[in-house]
Amino acid sequence: MHDIYRDRKRIEMEENILDENDRIAEHIKDHMGAHGVLVVNEMGSPGAGKTTSIKNIVKNMKKAKPLVIEGDIESDIDTIALKGLGIEACQINTYGACHLDAPMIDHQLDHMHFDFDEERAILFIENIGNLVCPAEFSIGEHVKMLISTVTEGSDKPYKYPLAFEKADLILLTKVDLLPYLDFDEEFFMKGVRALNPNVKVIKCSGKTGEGYAEAAAWLEEKAFALELHEHHHDHEHAHEHEH
Amino acid sequence: MHEFPITEQIVKICSKRCGDEGGSGVTKLKLVCGERTGYVPESVQMYFDIISVDTPCEGAAVEIETVRSKMRCPACGKLFYRKPLSFECPDCGTDGEPTEIGKEFYIEYIEVE
Repeated sequence: MHDIYRDRKRIEMEENILDENDRIAEHIKDHMGAHGVLVVNEMGSPGAGKTTSIKNIVKNMKKAKPLVIEGDIESDIDTIALKGLGIEACQINTYGACHLDAPMIDHQLDHMHFDFDEERAILFIENIGNLVCPAEFSIGEHVKMLISTVTEGSDKPYKYPLAFEKADLILLTKVDLLPYLDFDEEFFMKGVRALNPNVKVIKCSGKTGEGYAEAAAWLEEKAFALELHEHHHDHEHAHEHEH
Repeated sequence: MHEFPITEQIVKICSKRCGDEGGSGVTKLKLVCGERTGYVPESVQMYFDIISVDTPCEGAAVEIETVRSKMRCPACGKLFYRKPLSFECPDCGTDGEPTEIGKEFYIEYIEVE
């Protein structure tokens, strides 16, 4: 009998599907770090206060130059608002995609200028408003900054554990509203600590400005801890900054 | 919806490997997908059927093994499935810590002809 399967061959792969993304992310991280740019991947659900947090952190930064890439499904409202405050910002629209990935950022960086006079810069990349998908993709960040807000409720670490597990810095925003809400801070922090015992958590309010000086200082300390070094470009695309 | 770019990547990886091995087409591929990756197997399958058209992966059978997520109790060492809105160990009540079990996302093997 003719064996229709005789020419089939099984090939063991064990290949991670996100390897390519992660390789590009690692390259971005090394490259930007070598030039004194701390990359911050800002994640949080829609309306959590991502853009407000960037504005307030920038206001409180003392030494580093702020740069922003705004990720949105559509519109450039936030970028216009940031530029209006004198902050250097540019826009990525994903037109439907629910997260940013490393190739998108790599492409965007090719079109950005990094001719700052300060010793260090902090590049805030505001991810798409979503607590699920952005946590799964590295985009070349040194710091994952999660914005969680008291109006979302205290169960979020239990419902979206990956975002809380991977965060390096958590800003708990809108804390000025705490007197009017049933937010259970102890339950929230119990979940955060189980997932991520050492993560820095700062209570913030865009209304009163509380917490943002501490967040800015924490990020600037990270930026100044970057080791600058000669960086060889082994990739084909050209960057427009000086070496 | 974020299964779309991921499935493009799967088709790209499998098609390339098929070519590298001198095959003319992929007849089957096996994916391992942890539940904490957030990828929905049914969506991967749906996009696969669309994206694989006119590639060496067209018509391939897709088998997806899902892996349930487990936490580890730092006090007693037990590996356990968590209950909703809780990280507590069912044996001793201590809050568990995350593990890599349930974060898998890889192509285990392909079959080519």
